[in-house]
Amino acid sequence: MSLEKKYAKEVKQILAKYPPEHKRSAVMPLLYLAQREEGYVNKESMKDIAKILDITETEVASIVGFYSLYHDEKAGKYRMQVCTDLPCALRGADEFLDKLCGNLGIKVGETTEDGLVTVEAVMCLAACDRAPMFQTQGPDGIKYHEYMTLDRTMELIEALKGGKE
Amino acid sequence: MAHVLLRHRDIPDLNKLSVYKKNGGFDAFKKAVTKMQPNEVTNIVKDSGLRGRGGAGFPTGMKWSFIDNNSWPHYVVANADESEPGTFKDREIMESNPFQFLEGLALASYAVGANVAYIYLRGEFWQVAAFLDEKIAEMEEAGYLGENLFGKDYSLKIFTHLGAGAYICGEETALLESLEGKRGQPRVRPPFPPSVGLYGKPTIINNVETFTNVPMILANGADWYKKMGTADSAGVKIFSLSGRVRKPGNYELPFGTTFRQLIYEHGMGIQDGRSIKAIMPAGASSSLIVVDDKVLDTPMDYATVRTLGGDLGSASVIVLDDTVNIDWVINKTIHFFKHESCGKCTTCREGNHWMRNLTDRIHHGKGSKDDVTLLLNVAKQMQGKCLCALGEFSTMAVVTGIERFPDDFKKATKA
Amino acid sequence: MSKQVTLTINGKQVTAPEGLTVADAAKLAGVDIPVFCHHPKLEPVGMCRMCLVEIGRPVFDRATGQPVMENGQPKIQFMPKLETACTNRVSEGMVVLTQSEKANDGQRGTVEFLLTSHPLDCPICDKGGECPLQNLTMEHGSGKSRFNYDEKQHLEKMVPLGELIYLDRERCIQCARCIRFQDEVAGEAVLGFDERGRHTQIISISEPGFDSVFSGNTTDICPVGALTTVDFRFGARPWELKAEASICSQCPVGCNTTLNTRREAKAGGEIVVKRVMPRQNEEVNEIWLCDKGRFAYHYTEGKERLTKPMVRKDEKLARASWDNATKTAAENFVANKKDFVVLASGRLSNEDLFNLKSLADTAGGEAILYSDMDGGELTQLVGVGAGTNLGTMGKGDAILVIASDLYEEAPIWWLRVKQAADRGATVIVANPRATKLDRFATYTIRYSYGDELKTINDFEKKSKISDAFTKAKNAVIFYGNEGLGVTGTSVLSSACANLLKETGHTGSANNGLIGVWQRANDQGAFEIGFRPVADLEKALKNKAVYIVGADPVGDDPNLAKALKNVKFVAVQDIRETATTEIADVVFPAQAFTERDGTLISGERRVQRFYAAVPAVGDSKPDYAITAMLAKQMGVILQGTSASVVFDILANSVEALNELTYDALAQVKEQWPLVGRNDVYYGGTTYDNTKGLGVQLIPLAQAGGAVKISKVRKEAALRPKDKELLAVPSNKLYDLGVTVQTAEFLEQRIGETSVAMHPTTAKKFEAAEGQVVKLSFDGVQAEAVVKFDETIGTGVVRIPRSMGIAIREPVVAKVQVKAAAGKAK
Ligand SMILES: Cc1cc2nc3c(=O)[nH]c(=O)nc-3n(C[C@H](O)[C@H](O)[C@H](O)COP(=O)(O)O)c2cc1C
Ligand code: SF4
Ligand code: FES
Repeated sequence: MSLEKKYAKEVKQILAKYPPEHKRSAVMPLLYLAQREEGYVNKESMKDIAKILDITETEVASIVGFYSLYHDEKAGKYRMQVCTDLPCALRGADEFLDKLCGNLGIKVGETTEDGLVTVEAVMCLAACDRAPMFQTQGPDGIKYHEYMTLDRTMELIEALKGGKE
Repeated sequence: MAHVLLRHRDIPDLNKLSVYKKNGGFDAFKKAVTKMQPNEVTNIVKDSGLRGRGGAGFPTGMKWSFIDNNSWPHYVVANADESEPGTFKDREIMESNPFQFLEGLALASYAVGANVAYIYLRGEFWQVAAFLDEKIAEMEEAGYLGENLFGKDYSLKIFTHLGAGAYICGEETALLESLEGKRGQPRVRPPFPPSVGLYGKPTIINNVETFTNVPMILANGADWYKKMGTADSAGVKIFSLSGRVRKPGNYELPFGTTFRQLIYEHGMGIQDGRSIKAIMPAGASSSLIVVDDKVLDTPMDYATVRTLGGDLGSASVIVLDDTVNIDWVINKTIHFFKHESCGKCTTCREGNHWMRNLTDRIHHGKGSKDDVTLLLNVAKQMQGKCLCALGEFSTMAVVTGIERFPDDFKKATKA
Repeated sequence: MSKQVTLTINGKQVTAPEGLTVADAAKLAGVDIPVFCHHPKLEPVGMCRMCLVEIGRPVFDRATGQPVMENGQPKIQFMPKLETACTNRVSEGMVVLTQSEKANDGQRGTVEFLLTSHPLDCPICDKGGECPLQNLTMEHGSGKSRFNYDEKQHLEKMVPLGELIYLDRERCIQCARCIRFQDEVAGEAVLGFDERGRHTQIISISEPGFDSVFSGNTTDICPVGALTTVDFRFGARPWELKAEASICSQCPVGCNTTLNTRREAKAGGEIVVKRVMPRQNEEVNEIWLCDKGRFAYHYTEGKERLTKPMVRKDEKLARASWDNATKTAAENFVANKKDFVVLASGRLSNEDLFNLKSLADTAGGEAILYSDMDGGELTQLVGVGAGTNLGTMGKGDAILVIASDLYEEAPIWWLRVKQAADRGATVIVANPRATKLDRFATYTIRYSYGDELKTINDFEKKSKISDAFTKAKNAVIFYGNEGLGVTGTSVLSSACANLLKETGHTGSANNGLIGVWQRANDQGAFEIGFRPVADLEKALKNKAVYIVGADPVGDDPNLAKALKNVKFVAVQDIRETATTEIADVVFPAQAFTERDGTLISGERRVQRFYAAVPAVGDSKPDYAITAMLAKQMGVILQGTSASVVFDILANSVEALNELTYDALAQVKEQWPLVGRNDVYYGGTTYDNTKGLGVQLIPLAQAGGAVKISKVRKEAALRPKDKELLAVPSNKLYDLGVTVQTAEFLEQRIGETSVAMHPTTAKKFEAAEGQVVKLSFDGVQAEAVVKFDETIGTGVVRIPRSMGIAIREPVVAKVQVKAAAGKAK
C-alpha cells in the first residue's frame, strides 16, 4: 500500500506545516514516516514520496543519502548509536563502546545475531555532560540513554527484546 | 542570583503552562501585540545589547532591523540544531523552560512581521520536538498562538521541523536549504537571510538561547539586561562545560565570568585533581588555548577571549587535562569535520579528507615530522577559501594544536 | 541593453554590463579566470573554489556618498579573503586581481585539493585534450604530489547512468554542473548527489536511468571526463577529430551541430562521423542538443545504404548505370505525362525540393508533400517575424502551444519555451492530454479531441487566459498535429493565424505562428510550393510516381495498396526501404552528412549544412539526381552544386529574397563564450564559424496584405457502439527509420501501446497491459493498452510511426484479444 494511503492522516498533518507551493519541505518528515516500520527507506517509499511532493525519486534518494539518520539498508531493529565524539571520549565513551561490543560479541557497525541491535559510533549528540551515552533509533523514534554503564545497557537490551524500551 | 534563562532551576515545573503563566509568562508577548509597534520591540532588543548565542555573536536587534520590508511574507526560524561537539544548552532550555523560548520566538515574529515561525531541531532531538509540539498545542489552546491574537490583527503559527543528522544544518543557509526539503548545503552569502531566506523570503534566524533572552528583556527593560555582563557582551550566557571536569553541565553566568570561576567554582575543578592543559572554548571548532594563570583569570566575553587567540563561539568549554595528547584531540576533531563536511566546496571536502588521512597516520604512530608540517600546511591552505565557516572551523584545532603543542607531535612521530 | 560599468581587471580597464559575474566579465575582456562549477547558463554556486581572485571596491564616504580619494585615485578596499569570481557581480570602480600572488596561491591550492581525489588518467580519458583540469594541472601542477597516493580512494569507473551516459566516479569533481543543468535548464531533476562530504557522488534512480532527452548535454558541460556518452566513450581522442558544421535533420527546430569525423580503420579506412556536437547559435539551440539529434546520425551508416542505381528487370531490381536508370524513369514519366506525381518529404533540402518542384511544374505534374500536417502557407504570411529569439521572451510575453507535445516533437523548443516560462512568460498549453510542458505552464487548457477550433475561438471570449494572450507584449503560437491530420491542421492553423492577426501579434519579432512540423524541412517545402493532400491514396492511384525521401509503403498498408496500382514508381532514398522494394527504378541518394544544402526551420530560419564525410558508393545529392532525370525528360535544371541551385531558388521564391550562401554563412560573436580550449570552461559545444542562418520575413512583416481564408467547421466523427475515435499523437523515439537504426536510441523506443481513459478501457473490458485489436480503414493492428487518465473517454490515442498506420482521426473498431494475450 502506498504511503499516502497507509498514513493518510499523518501525511496530511505533515503537509499542513508548509506552504502548498513549497510542499517539498515535507520530504524530511515523510522520510521518517517511511522509515518507521522497517528502519530504512525502501525504493517504493522513495517513489511514493516523490509522487506526493512532485519531485523526482532521485531527488528523494539524494536526501536520504545526505542525512545520517536516514538509512537505505536494513539493520537491527534498534540502532544503538554511541557518541564517541571528543567531549564524550574525554569521559570514557570509547572504552564504553569497546566493552559493549565485546559483551555483545560484535564489531562496531554490526548487528547482533537475533537482529535486535546494531551498534554504531556517532558524532556528538548534545549530551556531553552525561557520557557515556547513546541514542536508540527504532520503530518508535529516537530516544536518549545517558549516564550509561555496561550493566544498565545490557538491561536495556533485555527490555528491548521484550518489546519495551 | 536568580537565573534569567535556566529559570526552571529556581522555579519547579516551569515547563507547565500554568506555572509559566503564574510567573509572568506571556505578559511580554501580550503587551507587545496589544500595546507596541513591531519596531519598538526590535529597538528594545537593540538597546539591550543582546548578541546572538549561536556562535557568531551578531547583535540581535540589528539583525532584526535588516529584515527587508519590500518583500513578503516574512519568516522567523529558531536554530535548534545544536550540534557543535560540547554544546548542550539549547536542549536544556527546550526541555525545561520551553515556554520562555517559545515566547521569545513569538516576540521576534511579531517584531519582524512574521506569521509563521519554524523551529529547526536536529533529528536526534526527536523527543524534544514531540514535547515542543505538545507545548505549542497548549499555547494554541490558550490563545497565544493562532489567528487574531489578543483580539488584534496579528496571527502566528509555530511549527517544529526535524533535521536528520547533519552538523552543517546548523549553518543558517544550510538550515534553510534543509527546511526547504533539500540537501543541507550552505548558500553563497550575500544575500543574507534577512533579505533572501526561507523560500526566497526575508527571514530571521536566531539561536534558541538568543530567543529565550527576549521575554526577560522585554519584561525588565534593556537597561536591566545591559547591566549584566560586560561592555562588549551584555547579559548572561549559558556555558556548556564538558571534558575532564568534576562537574560538567550547563552554567548560566554573566559575561565576564573568568575561566577559573567556571571551571573551579562551578565545575568543581579537574578530575583526579590534575592540572589543565588546554581549553577549547567553542567546542570542536575552537582554537586550542594553552592554559596558564593569566588565561584562567581572563573574563569570558566575545572580545576578551579573542585576545587569547581563540573565539568564544557558542561557549561550549571543553577542558583538556595534562593526560590528553593533542594529536589525539585533533584526530577526533578531524574525524568529526570529515564526517560532517557537506561536500559542496572543494576546499573543505578534499581538505578534510586529506587532513583525516594525515592525522590518522600521525595519531597511530605511522606519521613523520614531514607529515606534521604537511598537515599544518594543508590546514592553512584551506583557511579563508571555503564556502562556509565549517571548513574554517575544521582547521582551528589543527593549526593551533600543532603550533601551540609541538611537543605532543614530536612524541607522536618519534616511533 | 543593461547599464554598463567600468572596472579594472589585472590593471586593464574593462566595460561590462552591470550584474555580470566577474568571471564572465573577465572572459569578455580576454582574461581567463579558471572555473569548474561556474557555467554562464547556470546559476552561480561558488562551490568548486577554482575562481578565487582578489576583489577590491571603492570606498564611499557615508555622509556625501562620494568615493573617498587617496593620492588622487579612488581609495580601494580589498576584502581580506579571496573571493569567488563566479559569484561576485561587477560594479563600478571594482578592481580585480586574478594573477596576484595571493590569487595564484588560492587557485593552485584548489587544483591541488582536486587532484587528491582525481585519477589523473588523462592519457586514456575521453576529455583529454579538451579538459580544463588537465590544462590547469599543466599550469599549476607542482610536479610531485604532496598527497600520499596509496591513500587515494578508488571508485567505480564505469557506472551507467542510463543507456546513453556513463559516469566515471573517480574523475568526477563534484561541480554539480550536470545536476544543475538537469534541474535548472531542463527542468528534469533526474540526477542528484548521493551521500555527502568526500563520499558525494552522482546518482540517477529514475526508470529508465537518466530519464531525460537532454542527457547528452551533461557530457558537454562536464568539465572533466566524468560523464561520457556511450557512443563516444573511448571512440577517439578529441584532437584527432575534424569538425564540420551541420544542421540537425530530426525536427523543425534546426539545431546547429558540428559533425566530428575521423578516418577509421574499423570502417575500412573510411572517414566517418564519430560524434554529433552542438554548435552554438543563441537564437536557435543556444549550446544544447537533444539526445535524438545527438545519436540518431547512425542511420546514415550501415549496410542498408543504397550504393547503386537499380532498375527492375524480370520482376527483380538489378544494378544499372545512372544513365540507364534515369533514362528508364524519364521514359515512363514522359509517357504518363498527365499522371506525373512527385511525392517528397521535408527530409530533403531546399535545393532538392526546388529541383523537384521545378521538374513537376515543367513536366505538368503535381508536387505533393509527404506529411500529415498542413498550414505552411500561413506561416509564410504570419510566421514569426525576423529577429525572433525565444531566448529573449519572458515577462509580459505569451506563448500558446496547441495540439503539440513539444517535448516529444521538438525537444529544444520545449526547453526554450520552458525557460521563457522561467523568465516569467505566460505559457498556455492547450492539449487534449497532459504533457510535460504542463508543469511549467501558466495555464493549461484540456479540450476534447476534435475541439481544436472551438478552443482557439474561445480566445475571442473574455477570460483570464484570453486576456493574458491578447494583452501580451509579444505572442507566439506553436501548433502541431496531435489528434489531427491534414484537414484538421489546415483548420487549426487558419484559426491560429486569425487569432494572431486579430490580437495584433503578427509582423514583428517574437510574434507569429510556428508549425511544429513532422520533419526538419517541411517549412522549406511549403515555401517552395509543395503541399500535403488530405487523401493521399487517391492522389497516387494510377499515377506515375516519383517518391523522394519517403517510405509510404513501410508506413501505411493503405498507401502500399495504392502504390500497387500505379503506372510506374521511381524511388530515391539513402537506404533500402519497403518502398524501394516495390520500385521500378531506384536512385541512391547521399545522406545529409555527405553533401551541402540548406534547410528552413519552423521559425523560418534558412540554415546551411556542409558535407563532412565522403559519399557512399555511387550515390549523388538529391538535387543532382533530379537534374539528371530532368535532362532525360527534356527539362534543364541545375545540378552541379548546391549553391548554384540555391541561387536560382533564391531568385525565384520571393520569400527567400535573393539570399545567398554567403549571407547564410555570416556569424557574429555569441555570448556566452564557449567551446574554446582554455581554463574558463563553457563546455565542448563548438563555436559557430560557419553561419548563423537568416530568418525569412513573413508577409505580415514585409507589409503585404495578409488574407486568411475563413475557417470551416469540420464535421465531427461519430463513433458508434464498440467503436472509438482513434487519434494520432507523436513520440520522439518511434519506429521511424532514424531512431530504429540508431543503435543506442533504439533501446528507448519501447513497445507499441495505445492509450485510453480507464473508463473507456473498462467499457471494453480491457485491463492495463492487455492487448487489443484495432481495425479501421483497412488497417488491422494489435497493441498493448496503457491508461491515460488525462484524455477524454471514447478515445484511443495511437502513436504515429509505431507500427499502426494512422494519419488522421478515424473511427476504429476495438476488440479485446483473448485474455491470454497479456503483454510482458
Ligand atoms: C558549521 C556551522 C554550524 C553551526 N551550528 C549552529 C548550531 O548548531 N546552532 C546555532 O544556533 N547556530 C549554529 N551556527 C551559527 C548559525 O549559522 C547562525 O549564525 C546562528 O543561528 C544565528 O543565530 P544567533 O544570531 O542567534 O547566534 C552554525 C554555524 C556554522 C558555520
Ligand atoms: S566549507 Fe565544508 S561544509 Fe561549508 S560548504 Fe564547503 S564543504 Fe560544505
Ligand atoms: S567557485 Fe567559482 S567557478 Fe566554482
